[in-house]
Amino acid sequence: MWYVDEERLEHIAIGAGILGTGGGGNPYYGKLHVRRLLREGARIPVVSLDEVPDDALVVSVGGMGAPTVGIERIHRGDEPLVALRALEEHLGRRATHLIPGEIGGANSTRPMAISAMTGLPVIDADGMGRAFPELQMDTFAIYGVSSTPAALADIYHNVVLFPRLADALTLERYARAVTVQMGGAAGYAFPAMSGAEAKRTAVPMTLSLAEAAGAAVRRARREHADPVAAVLRVTGGQVVFRGKVIDVQRRLVAGFARGVVELDGLGDDRGSRMRIDFQNENLIARRDGDVVVVVPDLICLVDAETAEPVTTEVVRYGLRVAVLGIPAPALLKTPQALAVVGPAAFGYPEIEYRPLPGIYGGDRLVGERDGTEPSWPRSG
Amino acid sequence: MRIGIDVGGTNTDAVLLEGREVISWAKRPTTPNVTDGIRAALQAVLSGTDVAPRDIGAVMIGTTHFTNAVVQRRELDRIAAVRLGLPATQAIPPLTDWPDELREAVAGLVRLLPGGHQFDGREIAPLDRAAVDQLIAELRAEGIDTVAVSAVFSPAVPDHERAIGAWLREALPGVHLTLSHEIGRLGLLERENAAALNACLNTLARRTISAFTRALAELGIEAPLYLSQNDGTLMAAGFAARYPVLTFASGPTNSMRGAAALSGIADAVVLDVGGTTTDGGVLVNGFPREASFEVEVGGVRTNFRMPDVVSVGLGGGSLVTADGGRVGPQSVGYRLTEEALIFGGRTLTASDIAVAAGRASFGDPARARSLPVDLVQRALSVIDGRLSELVDALKTSPDPVPVVVVGGGSVLVPDEIEGASVVVRPPYAEVANAIGAAIAQVSGEVDRVFSLEGRSRDAVLAEAKAEAERLAVEAGADPATVSVVEVDEIPLAYLPSTAVRIRVKAVGNLRGV
Repeated sequence: MWYVDEERLEHIAIGAGILGTGGGGNPYYGKLHVRRLLREGARIPVVSLDEVPDDALVVSVGGMGAPTVGIERIHRGDEPLVALRALEEHLGRRATHLIPGEIGGANSTRPMAISAMTGLPVIDADGMGRAFPELQMDTFAIYGVSSTPAALADIYHNVVLFPRLADALTLERYARAVTVQMGGAAGYAFPAMSGAEAKRTAVPMTLSLAEAAGAAVRRARREHADPVAAVLRVTGGQVVFRGKVIDVQRRLVAGFARGVVELDGLGDDRGSRMRIDFQNENLIARRDGDVVVVVPDLICLVDAETAEPVTTEVVRYGLRVAVLGIPAPALLKTPQALAVVGPAAFGYPEIEYRPLPGIYGGDRLVGERDGTEPSWPRSG
Repeated sequence: MRIGIDVGGTNTDAVLLEGREVISWAKRPTTPNVTDGIRAALQAVLSGTDVAPRDIGAVMIGTTHFTNAVVQRRELDRIAAVRLGLPATQAIPPLTDWPDELREAVAGLVRLLPGGHQFDGREIAPLDRAAVDQLIAELRAEGIDTVAVSAVFSPAVPDHERAIGAWLREALPGVHLTLSHEIGRLGLLERENAAALNACLNTLARRTISAFTRALAELGIEAPLYLSQNDGTLMAAGFAARYPVLTFASGPTNSMRGAAALSGIADAVVLDVGGTTTDGGVLVNGFPREASFEVEVGGVRTNFRMPDVVSVGLGGGSLVTADGGRVGPQSVGYRLTEEALIFGGRTLTASDIAVAAGRASFGDPARARSLPVDLVQRALSVIDGRLSELVDALKTSPDPVPVVVVGGGSVLVPDEIEGASVVVRPPYAEVANAIGAAIAQVSGEVDRVFSLEGRSRDAVLAEAKAEAERLAVEAGADPATVSVVEVDEIPLAYLPSTAVRIRVKAVGNLRGV
């Protein structure tokens, strides 16, 4: 077990921004909230999956909605807690552990705030190992954890409870509609699962990964070393392109910001072009027409000098960036997972997922800790 | 005729313009109170011409005075920061992320009250008259007469900010208000920060700008006074006295706009070579390309649009090592005319190298001629390499681009740079900032969330453009010259409803000058 302090919080926010792969919302706002709670004396314990008893009641909490609403209508703070309490009431049991649904972006920090308010430990794991636009895309749903009961709460503490829905995709549709009525952003509590289910389905050690990635960036900046190389040593993966943004196109398709970023090569990549397709998050990277990185592998745009993440909302003409290709967590590479988070699921049936070489940093951390080569998914 | 003035850290420059023609220019030292330097520069630029003060149609001043006050934490007012957003936004109270010493210096009162709006225009909560009355009592008790007000989604729906503003004015005559929707865009914390910084500068701004006005009057200039804003456009002095925060980062913008006007090139890389640094920027359609990240001013995060400037430690005063292998980033700065070899000093500087190589001739060139040829060559290749790297980093296409060079250290720049189609050194390049201030236009801007429910995208865009054009005319633009220079639309991600955030900027020439 370890505790989140202000320094680790800073690191997690940087690392979560990078793992957001262009989306996921800005962790800055959640970070300020958690920092205030820490300064008021709160403690935020973090436990590893292995420390969670099989009969624990683990609940994923966080926020859903539009990042543009999130930067303007700052959250009240306790919306996910209100949702959690409603879920507990429905289940007739109290939660014992919290888990982030999505380590990439804003939802890396929200469970920490709820931990600070309740004293419940946060599990060092999440449901994506990155960010994805829709909630059926988490490993909990992919590996069979029931998405309902599920609860949403708004800034007025209104609660909407979904006792039973057919599947995660149905929840995605219904919850999204309710979120709009809740002013474009809401706190959520779902899914609820046993400790055993969390161990079987969650992507392990991703809070540690975000923390280590952020720490590496800050150390490199301080020592005037290369922050981009420092990130990759932690996350795994490689720089697949360096260049300048020469065009950005965005359009609204079925409630999502879809678009294309075009880059013109610099340095060793001079003379080449890269085109990145995104739907909130970056999906496909093509170099001179050849596909080089495909979802669920992570495509992260970072400032070429500082490794500051560049989201699909702020990316614009003239930015100088490095494009990182980071291998996906092993749990996202199974046929079962690829059916939900592979290229076909995002409307690219013609593109084959060919995994990047290497190991996702979180999986490597597990291997180092256990002294074993990572092999996922775990049976159980 | 108009006069443009740039108040820099070292010099205050003034130019007298007839249309786009430079009649005269002058450089005088910047003074601690700023006004004396401006008066001296004004007198100098008019002397030797037959232009009478009454012939001046407008005076434009670009100054970093207010930015510096924030950075140096001096002459700032104690304020109240009031946010309308309850029950939302409690997670992060106003001024949370400010440097502690700045918050303690200025934050007399921080309050969160019910109010604000949702993205679709519904009220989050109605204004609470009793809570506002209690706020008024607290302001009286604390003796605070400067208030920054922010409300959720006020750029889209300013009603609550306006209503509480009216109540405060009624109860506290003479209260100084900054309403966030008047100065910022979407992004509550950043807009609120800008509003609070603006409020802190209230006394300083009113005093400074009335001193500027007085200086003009003393010289018999009756023309209206304008100040330059961060986006390269102008605001009237009376407006600037209320919104000093909008002057932040006007310096680099003026320099690039001046470069565009002097060279007649609208799309180019601009290098502003000073004594210590070279600032590089990009002109797109005659305006500086803007930075895409949030910009911190004095440790406070704001979301002003600032020009995207890349600075390197290379200028006329940069120190050169004895073997010529390193140039800068250390610099003799403004002591160039005492310390450089060509001025009889003992320090080898980039200016000495430029003179030795024949790129320039000033000071005493004979003193530079004795420098070893290989030293000069090595230092030149370092300088040229840095400049071509900078140009390359700024360019957005592999094709060669025109490079416009301005600033006092522009003699360092060679006539050919890798990646440059042409190197242009316009006349009056040393006063490009002041010229940029003089030729600035006025603008109107719209940035808010529009619903596409039952309406076409074209209709919504047309509405936004018309509103931006109307705002530009209200700001003083000649309607015949107003045009839309920027349209940006960002769909609201993760929501299936058809809402889109649209930003439109329109600019036009100042009426009647």
